[in-house]
Amino acid sequence: MNDNFAIQARGLTKRFGHLEAVSHLDLDVPRGRIYGFLGPNGSGKSTTLRMLCGLLTPSEGTARVLDTTVPGNTQALKPRIGYMTQKFSLFADMTCEENLQFISEIYSVPAAERRPRIDELLERYDLKEQRKQLAGTMSGGQKQRLALACAVLHKPELLLLDEPTSAVDPQSRRDFWSNLFRLADAGTTIMVSTHYMDEAERCHRLAILDRGQKAADGTPKDLLSGIRMHVIEIESPDTAAAQAAIQPVQDVKSLTQLGARLRVLLPDTVAEPLDTLRKVLDSKGIEASVHAVAPSLEDVFVTVTMKDTGDGK
Amino acid sequence: MKGLPRLFAIIRKEVRQLRRDRLTGGMIVGLPLLQILLFGYAINTDVRYLATAVADHADSHLSREFVARLRQTQVVDVVGTTDGSGGLEAMLRAGEISIGVLIPTDFDRRLLDANRSAVQLLVDGSDPTILGVANQLREMPLSMTPAMSRANQQPEIEVRPYYNPERRTPVNIVPGLMGIILMMTMTLFTSVAIVRERERGNLELLINTPVTSIELMIGKIVPYIAIGLIQLAIILLAGKLLFDVPIRGSVLHLYLAASVFIAANLALGLLISTAAKTQFQAMQMTVFMLMPSILLSGFMFPFDGMPKFAQYLGEILPTTHFIRLTRGIMLREASILELIGEVYALALFAVAAMTLAALRFSKRLD
Repeated sequence: MNDNFAIQARGLTKRFGHLEAVSHLDLDVPRGRIYGFLGPNGSGKSTTLRMLCGLLTPSEGTARVLDTTVPGNTQALKPRIGYMTQKFSLFADMTCEENLQFISEIYSVPAAERRPRIDELLERYDLKEQRKQLAGTMSGGQKQRLALACAVLHKPELLLLDEPTSAVDPQSRRDFWSNLFRLADAGTTIMVSTHYMDEAERCHRLAILDRGQKAADGTPKDLLSGIRMHVIEIESPDTAAAQAAIQPVQDVKSLTQLGARLRVLLPDTVAEPLDTLRKVLDSKGIEASVHAVAPSLEDVFVTVTMKDTGDGK
Repeated sequence: MKGLPRLFAIIRKEVRQLRRDRLTGGMIVGLPLLQILLFGYAINTDVRYLATAVADHADSHLSREFVARLRQTQVVDVVGTTDGSGGLEAMLRAGEISIGVLIPTDFDRRLLDANRSAVQLLVDGSDPTILGVANQLREMPLSMTPAMSRANQQPEIEVRPYYNPERRTPVNIVPGLMGIILMMTMTLFTSVAIVRERERGNLELLINTPVTSIELMIGKIVPYIAIGLIQLAIILLAGKLLFDVPIRGSVLHLYLAASVFIAANLALGLLISTAAKTQFQAMQMTVFMLMPSILLSGFMFPFDGMPKFAQYLGEILPTTHFIRLTRGIMLREASILELIGEVYALALFAVAAMTLAALRFSKRLD
């Protein structure tokens, strides 16, 4: 196993009864990087994270997390990882400070270091005002910052974050991500699951998960350049008519309406894609402007997740 | 050794949360008080003033004197008269009376005849307690002349009720009630406390920390042992002040016995928490255990009177053994050593339940 990776998983599988939640997953998470885990709800993101930190036993396959083998005795791993659950899981009936205090005690932070560490975290995560506030009464953004503060309190080498931004506003999400970059710069490996495309785009590397299977992985740049699709936007005063005209075209893999625009994906095997679409629209007498645009991560996502079904339409 | 500080951290956290949880705090004090008041005042096998009607066919000086003496016993309360057995039966059926007194026309003559009964009591046998009380009325001397009564009055077997000479019900109820209250609150609190953490997701966080299962379980239990001992004090005080229930044996022995009993119930609560998925399920399971503890432990019905099978079931329940201990120590002035077998039974239950719970409670979600 390569020491440059914080996590290496091979054939990781989890079955719940007949349902295969995660299927033969291979992962290589480099150290000191933010690794994104993109997928819709129910794609197996949480299950994978839980297997990696020893909360769930894999049905098949193994993973090497830091230098511990999973499945195995993960107790020695606990002090080295930080885990942030999807649902707020700190104690709602304790204050912000009491929660931090409790976490510092169970991670055996030396007594002399607790006070300064907690003060530092309250400052860093902008929670000084909430010091004496019950965690249950804090706002979504504050709760999330507290959860992150608790997850990093013991300075873990590896941080596993399960959809950390699903309950917070856009501004809080931006602040949250700048905190993540600061942690990664300091050497922490971060694995974060999300269903936001913009967040996935900010990761150093990411894996796209679809129904328990890895549909693609790589850097966002690699994924964008490897899309093998023409991305075309059609602007028309009559989007409904344009949509009706384009929909039946043989090669159209995906058609999405974005306000007055239609975003169309055509395989890069199609020669002259713009002309093809223009001809179709002209034949129906629909006035429209057709032009090629740069692919986005969402286009990648749509492309790789439709491969499995054979037909994305 | 990092285990001990972690254990203390969990205990401190539990106490802190308990202090904020007003409902639970109220239940710790309120539940034993409410129960002791309800049980202490409502359960009374010493029945008085049963509604009674009289059909006096004799209507003689003696029969009227007989009715007057019935009244004096305070067992019956004559609420009406009627003119025959038919009338009495109708009133019994309607639930207006519990006892009907039928005095035949030849009452005076029957009194003198030792071979014939002079009075007939029609008793509502649907309530066993009333039947028992009516049977006591049989002992009442009927003969009016002092000379005659002397001879009849002395029963052949004399019963001396030891430990509760006045036959007051609270004296019997309160020691048993301690077992029921502690069983209910201890089992409920622990099982709900852990299931609640699972429901709220706290457990998912905790099991991802270096805290071990054993630390988590012991840390959860310790505060509740203290609560159990507080409840015991409340029950003992209320029993003493409200019902004058004696504590004849050593209070220390009582507390020792209670500690083992509390441990057994907390272990049971932990075991329930490993099986229950929601707080509601935990409550249901606790109630499922509570019913046999009330019915089969000897609290309500004499243990020796139960069928063998029910007795075996009763022996499994910690409450059965604890009630034997409390009645022994509080009423019979027994030492805990004289009842050490019951303590062993409780300890065995605690260890068995704890082991099972520890085996079932893993630091995993699956």
